[in-house]
Amino acid sequence: MSMITADPKDVPQIAHFAFTPENLAKAQALMANYPSGRQASAVIGVLDLAQRQQGWLPRVAMNEVARLLDMAPIRVYEIATFYTMFQLRPRGKYLLQVCTTTPCWLRGSDAIMKACEHAADGETFSVQEVECLGGCVNAPVVQINDDFYEDLDEASLNKVLDAFRRGETPKPGPQVDRQTSAPEGGPTTLRSE
Amino acid sequence: MLADKDRIFTNLYGYHDWRLDGALKRGAWDGTKALIERGHDAIIEEMKKSGLRGRGGAGFPTGLKWSFMPKEVKDRPHYLIVNADESEPGTCKDRDIMRHDPHLLVEGCLIAGFAMRASAGYIYVRGEFYNEAQNLMAAIREAYDAGLLGKNACGSGWDFDLYVHRGAGAYICGEETALLESLEGKKGMPRLKPPFPAGSGLYGCPSTVNNVESIAVAPTILRRGAPWFAGIGRPNNTGTKLFCVSGHVNKPCNVEEEMGIPLRELIDRHCGGVRGGWDNLLAVIPGGASVPLLPKSICDTVLMDFDSLRDQKSGLGTAAVIVMDKSTDVVKAIARLSQFYKHESCGQCTPCREGTGWMWRVMERMVTGNARLDEIDALEDVTRQVEGHTICALGDAAAWPIQGLIRHFRPEMERRIRARTEKLAAE
Repeated sequence: MSMITADPKDVPQIAHFAFTPENLAKAQALMANYPSGRQASAVIGVLDLAQRQQGWLPRVAMNEVARLLDMAPIRVYEIATFYTMFQLRPRGKYLLQVCTTTPCWLRGSDAIMKACEHAADGETFSVQEVECLGGCVNAPVVQINDDFYEDLDEASLNKVLDAFRRGETPKPGPQVDRQTSAPEGGPTTLRSE
Repeated sequence: MLADKDRIFTNLYGYHDWRLDGALKRGAWDGTKALIERGHDAIIEEMKKSGLRGRGGAGFPTGLKWSFMPKEVKDRPHYLIVNADESEPGTCKDRDIMRHDPHLLVEGCLIAGFAMRASAGYIYVRGEFYNEAQNLMAAIREAYDAGLLGKNACGSGWDFDLYVHRGAGAYICGEETALLESLEGKKGMPRLKPPFPAGSGLYGCPSTVNNVESIAVAPTILRRGAPWFAGIGRPNNTGTKLFCVSGHVNKPCNVEEEMGIPLRELIDRHCGGVRGGWDNLLAVIPGGASVPLLPKSICDTVLMDFDSLRDQKSGLGTAAVIVMDKSTDVVKAIARLSQFYKHESCGQCTPCREGTGWMWRVMERMVTGNARLDEIDALEDVTRQVEGHTICALGDAAAWPIQGLIRHFRPEMERRIRARTEKLAAE
């Protein structure tokens, strides 16, 4: 159970939120995925759109999502506080989600967490400890915005962070010489198609 | 070892094109129309004969599950729901299916949907898998454009729509009824059963929730026949399986292997062995965080399937193998899992809401030995009080790793307590 309700003093006052026409069209496309009268099913997706547009979820954005989906605002706040990917306060340009669950911990996530905490300045980088990201054979894993950076150690993590600082987008996936989830050095199976 | 010709996921690692063209070359969507023309019940019968047991952790026979759906569609539509909320620590196989072989899953959805008389399906993908969901959505669009989905899918006469639904970070949504709640736009809190989803699931309609891997293997099983699949592995534990091997091996990886492969062979053949050699092995969690760990003595000979691992009071779960060598603080490794369950408890049932926090706090004290010897029994007792007393299996999943630790590493827990007590007495 994730209790991530923000203290009002940490949250800037945003007076108004409206979806851009492009995002509104995306929201309506999401709502069309469900039977009529079941548009609340789109709440996670529409909140995600709002968060992508604003960078985080101010209350006015949640209210707008509620209006669009014909839901009571409290039902939307419930969703925004239940699911850990929703950010109820502003965060840095890049969110470092560091997995520290046992498979990542066994492969050194303590050092990765420490380095990410060190890098987090609240502007370029924010950091969040998260539970299993589902990339365990490429541990340790850090999710940076939408991408997974895998097989990290402190040095390769710092390279990745430096690239972001320079405004580049480093290549996601394994940071060692390895094809996705195949064993390092090449697969033991499927060597010919 | 499983021969390459018997592997279903031939683009597991993404060396090849995951899009429709590549998938067609690898044999996906081959004769799908003819498979569907066999009829609803013949497909379900074939799946039953294959012996496929659900790949999401519980190992319930897939064909049997499909057969629970009503035999005719009445006033309420039927739904196929695919559980792609892959979040069990250690598990990262469905991710590879979605990003590298999404058409196997999409084709499987059509066939499974048809078999259970569903005209629509939702694939619930964990929110963190953003790129995987993008690939999957692109594959679905390709399938629509090629006439493989939608009205008269594959020319079969069956209409089938398929949607991707992204989650937003909550382990509990991998529990099938919590997933349904989440899909309806609510908090992911599990429902009491009965009613079971086949009677009343999504929007109160007959629904079946299956794991990604279970659905993705269905087309190949039907194409090659139940006897082929049933001929791999051992009786009641048939077929191929994706294994995820993480932790202290030289080369962690995902690999598709035969059910019942010896654990040691799996690690030595595909993962470059245990770090420091087999004798440096301490313990293995064989099926994802929820199942009890096994000490090396059992790992020496155990087979990786449902029944063999159950006989060792553990389980195959999702076949996520977490390996720990002798450098591991095993109490800490399990305490971290207790923290996981505490974080992920939805808070609906008191034994879980309170129990997961209590167990975690005591486990943290066990790490440093800051406890009394009789607290090990108290901890064991609390796990028994949580287990079986909650709506869903998260309570059980929080209890089992601790029970496994006490069963196999009690002397280590006692050693820490004694060491700390002696140290304090000496000061």
